[in-house]
Amino acid sequence: MYDAVLAETVNIHGDGGDVIEAYAARPLDPGPRGGVVVIHHMPGYDASTKEITRTFAVNGYNAICPNLYSREAPGAAPDDAAAAVRAAGGVPDDRLVGDVAGAAAWLRALTTANGKIATIGYCSGGRQSFLAACRLDLDAAVDCYGAFVMDAPPEGAPVKMTPVVGQAANLSCPVLGLFGEDDAYPSPDEVKRLDEELTRLGKDHEFHSYPGAGHAFFSVDRPAYRPEAAKDAWGRIWDFFGRHLAG
Amino acid sequence: MCTYATTRLSVDGSGKGAEGWFGLTDASVYLDHPVHAPAGHTLNIDFLNPAAGPGARVAVELTAESARRLAAAIVAALDSAPPGLV
Repeated sequence: MYDAVLAETVNIHGDGGDVIEAYAARPLDPGPRGGVVVIHHMPGYDASTKEITRTFAVNGYNAICPNLYSREAPGAAPDDAAAAVRAAGGVPDDRLVGDVAGAAAWLRALTTANGKIATIGYCSGGRQSFLAACRLDLDAAVDCYGAFVMDAPPEGAPVKMTPVVGQAANLSCPVLGLFGEDDAYPSPDEVKRLDEELTRLGKDHEFHSYPGAGHAFFSVDRPAYRPEAAKDAWGRIWDFFGRHLAG
Repeated sequence: MCTYATTRLSVDGSGKGAEGWFGLTDASVYLDHPVHAPAGHTLNIDFLNPAAGPGARVAVELTAESARRLAAAIVAALDSAPPGLV
């Protein structure tokens, strides 16, 4: 089997036509294949997120992870860039949507594209993946333990993020939610209410919550890593994308 | 969770970063996910000079207990200085 993959840093046009950095990984066989926009977690466009991006390519998808912090910290180390953006209160929602749209357009323009696009995001990126699915025409979206999709941040918290469930009527695609039962943000109760709301709206979705796992259980380089949960959840992702990105 | 809870303050002094010493103008203090420390959440301090770019940064990530010990030690050191020194 021919299994070569090309992984490289590229420039794409993000929100407002801005040129932003992105990390792309894609199989070199002719395809056609679906595309995945990987939305990095709050600590940024780091080595572990690039590894996740390569994992999608190894498993047969064109994948791209836009550096959401390109503008504030061009060329900076991921941790320095994350600190600068964090101090500024995070990434504005509208800009995020524009950057994901630009990444999706880059994927659709590949000669190996089949036209199908998914998003997947982790931590703050989980909420952003859900948001993108409410605002863009997508084929699948995965929310990995995104907080503040259903509930507002605790009173007094300086977080600028606002809930996005109010936009859920506009969801353009099925949603896969992957959560840890020990997580507080989002809590199991918040996940349950989001599940109920999507059912009420008639939106195609499937949620899986893992006992013994908390926030960031996919993170292989952090103590939050839970191998059993992560392995099962990766399987759910391959099944979900297999159904919705085939073409 | 990603707390985004940050205390920002102006500071006056110097720090040694990846490219040597530089003047400090700002500091951020926050409890959030660490980049490197083996813990879910840590008390993080960034000593910064934003005018010199995002890389002008000295970062520490401390467990909550060690951060409290550091805070107490800083106050104790300042309080123990001979009269007139600071």
